Amino acid sequence: MAARKNIKTLTEPVGISNPITRQVLGICSALAVTVKLDTALVMSGALIFVLVGSNGLVSAFRNLIPSRVRIIVMLTIIATLVIFIDQVLKAFLFDISKQLSVFVGLIITNCIVLGRAEAFALKNGVLPSMLDGLGNGLGYGMILVLVATFRELLGSGSLLGIPVVPEMLYTENGGWYMNNGLMLLAPGAFFVLGFLIWAQRAMTNYTEE
Amino acid sequence: MRGIRSLLDRIEPNFTGDGKFSRLWPLYEMVDTLLYTPARTTVVAPHVRDAVDMKRSMVTVIIALLPAVFFGLFNTGYQLHPEAGIGGNMLTGLQAFLPMLLVSYAAGGFWEMLFAVVRRHDINESFLVTGLLLCLTLPPSVPLWIVALGVSFGVVIGKEVTGGTGYNIFNPALVARAFIFFAYPSEMSGTPVWSLADEMTRATPLAAAASVPGSNGMQLVYDAGYSLQQLFWGLIPGSFGETSKAAILIGALLLLLTRIASWRIMAGGLFGMAGTALLANVMAPFFQNPMFYLSPLDHLLMGSFAFGLVFMATDPVSAAQTDRGRWIYGFLIGMLCVMIRLINQAFAEGVMLGILLANAFSPMIDYMVLRQNIARRKRAYAKQK
Repeated sequence: MAARKNIKTLTEPVGISNPITRQVLGICSALAVTVKLDTALVMSGALIFVLVGSNGLVSAFRNLIPSRVRIIVMLTIIATLVIFIDQVLKAFLFDISKQLSVFVGLIITNCIVLGRAEAFALKNGVLPSMLDGLGNGLGYGMILVLVATFRELLGSGSLLGIPVVPEMLYTENGGWYMNNGLMLLAPGAFFVLGFLIWAQRAMTNYTEE
Repeated sequence: MRGIRSLLDRIEPNFTGDGKFSRLWPLYEMVDTLLYTPARTTVVAPHVRDAVDMKRSMVTVIIALLPAVFFGLFNTGYQLHPEAGIGGNMLTGLQAFLPMLLVSYAAGGFWEMLFAVVRRHDINESFLVTGLLLCLTLPPSVPLWIVALGVSFGVVIGKEVTGGTGYNIFNPALVARAFIFFAYPSEMSGTPVWSLADEMTRATPLAAAASVPGSNGMQLVYDAGYSLQQLFWGLIPGSFGETSKAAILIGALLLLLTRIASWRIMAGGLFGMAGTALLANVMAPFFQNPMFYLSPLDHLLMGSFAFGLVFMATDPVSAAQTDRGRWIYGFLIGMLCVMIRLINQAFAEGVMLGILLANAFSPMIDYMVLRQNIARRKRAYAKQK
């Protein structure tokens, strides 16, 4: 029984109650870091780490935290984890860390992290909270990777930096194809995200009233 | 003619009720009502009594566009080989324009029909106008696959996602053009794209006017070999439909005579443009920007301001709906267009972005006008008592 509930906690945020496409949270970073697939992957990994860690820690301390100062305590926990992952990225993935610039630091203000801590971790045990964090992180990551796949493929003609569109198709080489410049701009992410939300709502028949 | 009618009547049962092709009813309805005025009346209020339905008004817009189309065909050839004669030049223009138009109609019609069948509503002929307008705003050298992509984006994102014809926030043709403009900038800006010729291209008047800081913009236009007469008649490089202000004027007169387009929007646009341009003239000596010297007449004759104001801004769906709102909406377009031309160096032409921005504001303009009217009536009523 409990196991089934745990599985639901994990899978629901990945699919039907996805933090980005359903709850429309964490949009800013979804626009900013999805021009290339590698930055989106690293960003997703960083967020999953922070989300699992903060949900677990907040849940572990949930009976000790006075509710009046809970926001500042939660933020302290989140900030600690964010600074940790930021330093790790700077040490081991310096190039990507430079491209991500402030957006790793801005995970602190990512609505998903504080939102899950406040809505779920404060009321549930450590294991379900960590699963909830993992599920939401994976849901966020899935959308980020999807958007980045479309943007890098259509905008730069490559995936993970490897050219996918054959060189001979480009106009410079006598072909007819051109990369879509709109995909490199932030509105490109808005459109891809909109199409994803449209597809999800068409499949689940969900409408916002 | 009677033969067509009886044929349509005979096959009609196939498309209604339990007929074999009832899913394709929109297609039948489209052919039927395009050829014949429908006998059906609306079932629920409001009941509008008018001889002109949407189809007739769309067809009128297309007729009003024809002078610009024909001149555009001729001019496209003329820019390539000035000595080829009228027939030869028309043929060259047709070779460039017809494939674009066919691709635009095929792609636009495909999406329109798909949404009509899935959502079970009638096909609206507005895509005939959208597809033609888009082609007229494109340079003659745009690849066909980009046209197809652009018109798909315009019909789906510009119109269908918000509920189809009549519910669109933005003008679909301009959404399509903006998509192409930002997605494939190398095809939509710079000097070479505006003519089919590979060499002997010259800067467009707007590009010429902005070229040398600290001088008089209009002098730069004359130095580039343009005269005001040329700008009016339109034998200059540019998009298909925008170059000849004479052809656009004929279309404008037709639209105004038939009252399809609102004269308030056009007048408001002229005032907004003239006011902003005159203000810039006054400030010109204090800036290095040569564009500040352009007079209102120069602004009117250059670029696509006239085309945009007559055919794009007056789109009845995306424009403001109240009379006073139309003045404000038109004024906003004229003002924004000149401001973008003058100040934003990244865009030589500001008409497209000006109209799209005003489209976004038009519901708010209407709301303000309505609220103001209610407040005025309330005050009058209070005074009466």
